[in-house]
Amino acid sequence: MGDNSPKNAPHAQSPEKARHAQSDSAAAQGVGAFIAEQEQKSLLRFITCGSVDDGKSTLIGRLLLDTQLILEDQMAALASDSSRHGTTGEDMDLALLVDGLEAEREQGITIDVAYRFFATGTRKFIVADTPGHEQYTRNMATGASTAELAIVLVDARKGVLTQTRRHSFIASLLGVRHVILAINKFDLVDFDRTVFDRIVADYLSFAGTLGFDSISPVPISARFGDNVIARSGNTPWYDGPTVLERLETVPVGDRLEAMPLRFPVQYVNRPNLDFRGYCGTLAAGNLSPGDRVRVARSGKTTSIDRIILGDDDLTAARAGQSVTLTLADELDISRGDMLVAPDAPPELADQFEANLVWFDEHALLPGRQYILRTEADQLPATVTTLKHKVDVNSFTHEAARSLDLNEVGVVNLSLQTAIPFDPYGTNRSTGGFILIDRLTNATVGAGMITHALWRAANVHWQALDVSKTARAEMKHQKPAVIWFTGLSGSGKSTIANLLEKRLHAEGRHTYILDGDNVRHGLNRDLGFTEEDRVENIRRIGEVARLMVDAGLIVLVSFISPFRAERRMARDLLNEGEFVELFVDTPFEECARRDPKGLYAKALKGEIRNFTGVDSPYEAPESPDLHLRTMDKQVSALVDDIHAWLRQKGYIA
Amino acid sequence: MTRPLTHLQRLEAESIHILREVAANFAKPVMLYSIGKDSSVMLHLALKAFAPARPPFPFLHIDSNWKFAEMIAFRDRMARELGFDLIVHKNAEGVRQGVGPFTHGSSTHTHLMKTVALREALDQHGFDAAFGGARRDEEKSRAKERIFSFRKAGHSWDPKNQRPEMWKIYNTRVASGETIRVFPLSNWTELDIWQYILQEDIPIVPLYFARRRPVVARDGMLLMKDDERMQLRDGEQLEQRMVRFRTLGCYPLTAAVESEADTLEAIVAEMLVARTSERHGRMIDHDESGSMEKKKREGYF
Repeated sequence: MGDNSPKNAPHAQSPEKARHAQSDSAAAQGVGAFIAEQEQKSLLRFITCGSVDDGKSTLIGRLLLDTQLILEDQMAALASDSSRHGTTGEDMDLALLVDGLEAEREQGITIDVAYRFFATGTRKFIVADTPGHEQYTRNMATGASTAELAIVLVDARKGVLTQTRRHSFIASLLGVRHVILAINKFDLVDFDRTVFDRIVADYLSFAGTLGFDSISPVPISARFGDNVIARSGNTPWYDGPTVLERLETVPVGDRLEAMPLRFPVQYVNRPNLDFRGYCGTLAAGNLSPGDRVRVARSGKTTSIDRIILGDDDLTAARAGQSVTLTLADELDISRGDMLVAPDAPPELADQFEANLVWFDEHALLPGRQYILRTEADQLPATVTTLKHKVDVNSFTHEAARSLDLNEVGVVNLSLQTAIPFDPYGTNRSTGGFILIDRLTNATVGAGMITHALWRAANVHWQALDVSKTARAEMKHQKPAVIWFTGLSGSGKSTIANLLEKRLHAEGRHTYILDGDNVRHGLNRDLGFTEEDRVENIRRIGEVARLMVDAGLIVLVSFISPFRAERRMARDLLNEGEFVELFVDTPFEECARRDPKGLYAKALKGEIRNFTGVDSPYEAPESPDLHLRTMDKQVSALVDDIHAWLRQKGYIA
Repeated sequence: MTRPLTHLQRLEAESIHILREVAANFAKPVMLYSIGKDSSVMLHLALKAFAPARPPFPFLHIDSNWKFAEMIAFRDRMARELGFDLIVHKNAEGVRQGVGPFTHGSSTHTHLMKTVALREALDQHGFDAAFGGARRDEEKSRAKERIFSFRKAGHSWDPKNQRPEMWKIYNTRVASGETIRVFPLSNWTELDIWQYILQEDIPIVPLYFARRRPVVARDGMLLMKDDERMQLRDGEQLEQRMVRFRTLGCYPLTAAVESEADTLEAIVAEMLVARTSERHGRMIDHDESGSMEKKKREGYF
């Protein structure tokens, strides 16, 4: 054999060459088809996690090996490494394919996340192999932050461990949607079904509440390949998918494309005075030239002029694409601003609540200032309150004064200026942030925003000796806000007016805040843009709250068409102090009455954004009081309210 | 319109995002330009990311003095045609002492003419961020590296203490003297690179295409005699063979592979049946398993 070979070099052997030449011509014709096929493939990013020694790296090695991603020279290196560092005796140690750092190979553990790439006929995969040791949890979080699926490994002999719970919890917190529960080393428990059933039940008992879209348990042996790629003959009792089958079929979604536009401005490209482009990656939605967009912070709107990528002008761009935009108007926009859908803007707040994972040896301290960084912005931030931390084993909440390395907690944050955001559950790109230590520049934490807070919840209170209760007792009433919502012309003011007369006659201490009247004074600087409407309602809510504090029964008469606005007002008050009263008069009747002539104008298009005409009215889903005005006279309606207030103890 | 983004579109978008993130955050970034296929893709992405403007940073080539002549010719042609700002740096002391792989061995040569030369150039110009074209699929220690890889003053890498890298939020903050190496192609595979070159029609050094070239078989590798500095040993014979290169570096350290692939399509076709990894042709990686990590800790890219 060797006699005819020209030289004994790996690349110089003629059989090797002949094989190449042959497949070259065959494959060259197929290249076009191959590339077309590659383009159709979807992408799944997933992580492997679980406790130390559960076999994460071995499983990935097995996936790479069995999908033929390990090349000849890498196999040769593996064989030599296995004899040096291997933990599997005579066999090749598949984990060494993945554990790339010297320290990892020496200690036989995974320290940092490793990214590996493989593909099958239908899908491409980026897998992050994450460390199992608790001390490297931050590296596990790094991998999970971009993953859609987690393979949680469990050693069949050991069952669910603390790290299994911790990693499952962190994965759910970071928005991983699917879990494959890979119960490994089944060869060591004789492929016993009862072991499988017990561990699955154990896992589901806590992971069932973590909000995953799916959890698929699979009994495997990563070392020998059982149920990794192919069905195993050793587990006739298992009829579910193999690990690879599940990886290939789990739904991956471009659901972001269907959501309202979010375009964080990353970089302003201004080579000369004639060109000003805004560079960024669409975090959600899509765009075409001519589309109206709004600058989230300033509320100014304009339209898209061009969408540029390299030398091309695009006719459209969608979530995930990095493009450069030019706008029809010259606006003051810089890095950190966000261009958004005008009719569905993100929230804008300088205080919010977030889940926080802590990465640093120096504990998180409430009150200390950090740098908060989002995808395209950074600004000083302070954790004002550590509401609680979460015990990763029992998932119970514990009071805490600081958050230590690898701990998870719920915090309130206060920023120097407001930022646009979406809740993390809606969009990872616009709802996540990191915290950076001002001195060391270390990345000390990662946060997931849950919702905005309103200032009242955070400003420190001056303690006063005469309390709300004392003031209310003197008036012999239980103070409350009775919030009248309903269409323009539905009768809110009329009913409120009559109710106040009645209460006043009884010696109650009351006040009416009328939406229209307030706009003449306190809120006369506000218009009807979305921000202004929110500010309008915030001020009315605040004033009402002060009056409740003073012990009054406050009647607020205000269209307040949006549920979110009414909830905002409700949130300013304590439980039981906010009574939502729905004045339910059909649109046709309101338009017929039209006491101020506004419907006529709105229907002719002379007034824009008129509730019920070209702006929606979101009726309360479960108001405290529901008044159907078509059935009764005003006085009868007032009787009903009065009876209800008495029954609920607001008035004696 | 409703078709999902293709894999290459997603990779391109991620890389462009990274390029812009650096431009927006660093005072003095630079792009390492090694003339190879990955650098060619990175250069193309930089042109695309900032169009119609030019990339807002210069390109740096660390010339080890032992590159293929065709690489240098290609480099100069690209700089001229595309009009980018090219800085060429050599370790002058090394050149004076005549350091080379034949006389000093591969590891000394690589250390002095690449690692040290790179540190010199970065320090001399005060660059605070440097793009490299490394990919995670190339090598095991690369698979562990962050996209934004923090370096202490002195350019050393601490693989056990890397900054967490969440989502697409990159911590770009450095103190004076510290730098960040940035790898926009982290998530690309060798196959992705070739497909993208094909799709975008990106110019690459002709050495990647099979052609008859003068080679000699040595230590199990086919080496090309690129100039007179390479002396044949006893018993060695120079042969004209149809070869190409899967990766490019210093010619005495870069092995050719026998191939008939003289078009991009044929190269992609060859990739599909390839059974060895591209770094197999890199002699500097072979010394020992952890050799790349060791070099990287010292400041190699």
